[in-house]
Amino acid sequence: MAAVAPGIAAWGLMTGVAMMKSGLSLVESLAMAMLVFAGSSQLAAMPLILAGAPVWVILATGFCVNLRFVVFSLHLRPYMMHLPLWRRMLGGYLTADLTYVLFTKRFPHPVSVASDTMNSGALHAYSMPASGQNSLKNDIAERERQQAYLLGNSLVNWSSWVFPCVSGVLLANFIPQAWGLGFAGILALVGIACSLATSQLRTVSALIAGAAGVVAFALPLRLNILVAIGVAVVVCLSLERFRPLMDTKP
Amino acid sequence: MSASTDLWTLAVIVGLAVVTVVTRSFFFISKKDFHLPGWAQRGLQYAPIAALSAVIIPEIVMTQGQLISSLKDARLYGAMVGAAVFYWRRDTLSCIAGGMAVYLPLRLLLGW
Repeated sequence: MAAVAPGIAAWGLMTGVAMMKSGLSLVESLAMAMLVFAGSSQLAAMPLILAGAPVWVILATGFCVNLRFVVFSLHLRPYMMHLPLWRRMLGGYLTADLTYVLFTKRFPHPVSVASDTMNSGALHAYSMPASGQNSLKNDIAERERQQAYLLGNSLVNWSSWVFPCVSGVLLANFIPQAWGLGFAGILALVGIACSLATSQLRTVSALIAGAAGVVAFALPLRLNILVAIGVAVVVCLSLERFRPLMDTKP
Repeated sequence: MSASTDLWTLAVIVGLAVVTVVTRSFFFISKKDFHLPGWAQRGLQYAPIAALSAVIIPEIVMTQGQLISSLKDARLYGAMVGAAVFYWRRDTLSCIAGGMAVYLPLRLLLGW
């Protein structure tokens, strides 16, 4: 995560600059940077707020732009459900694109701890063989490692987004957008995408999603991203039938 | 620097923050048991890279919603060099540095 932080930071900086330039007030831009914590939804909501659009339209726009996070949360569900509700929601709030991608790359499989699936009454130490107890301990330790990784990454990501975004708001008049520093954010995404392309079908998925993202670009509310994910996943699942032995391991 | 702050806008911003929380933890909220069918589980391994690519590619080959028509575009070369550097060094920081090293001169000196 530290390796991509400079890219996120440059991107956050330019988002901060863009918010100030668009005509939001200082307090509004700061609140946006610190609370909303979602670059694409910040950028999409700005023009609507300035145009005085109805609240529900702005919130619905934010929701649609964030729809990909709904897909991510479906994926992350088995990693999270052992936690109390507030921890799940805090974890969710902090899990942005890169945190999700890096997490699922590092931990392709959730841990299913035996006690979750058994009736609680059935879990007595003496009723389990020693090896079972050990593996249960290992499972719980592994689950804690996963959470530590997720939260640690989230905090690095949060600070490398929020602080530069606030700096961008404050320094808006000194940083010309013409420099194109925001491109560093795209390059951070390029690096991560390359690191994910570990199988042929995943590369196919990237190519199809990229093309679909361009073709469907005219859709409102950045729905092109969601369409592209859908098309790429469906195509890859269909291709799996012809290449059953490939991509069994993520 | 001109606009003044009003409560309506602040309320909308708080609303957007709530939207962020709800969308990102959408499937964490209910504890009700449900299991994904196998095809969906397999499908999810293609989702992260698809999402990234769907964000990246339009940012590189489009301007204001139109496919670019000129190859004189600093983004193309910045991204290609960034990807090449990634495969060479296996490191995202080098990818950012290498890509920017090509992108900034092309953009600022040649105006691409």
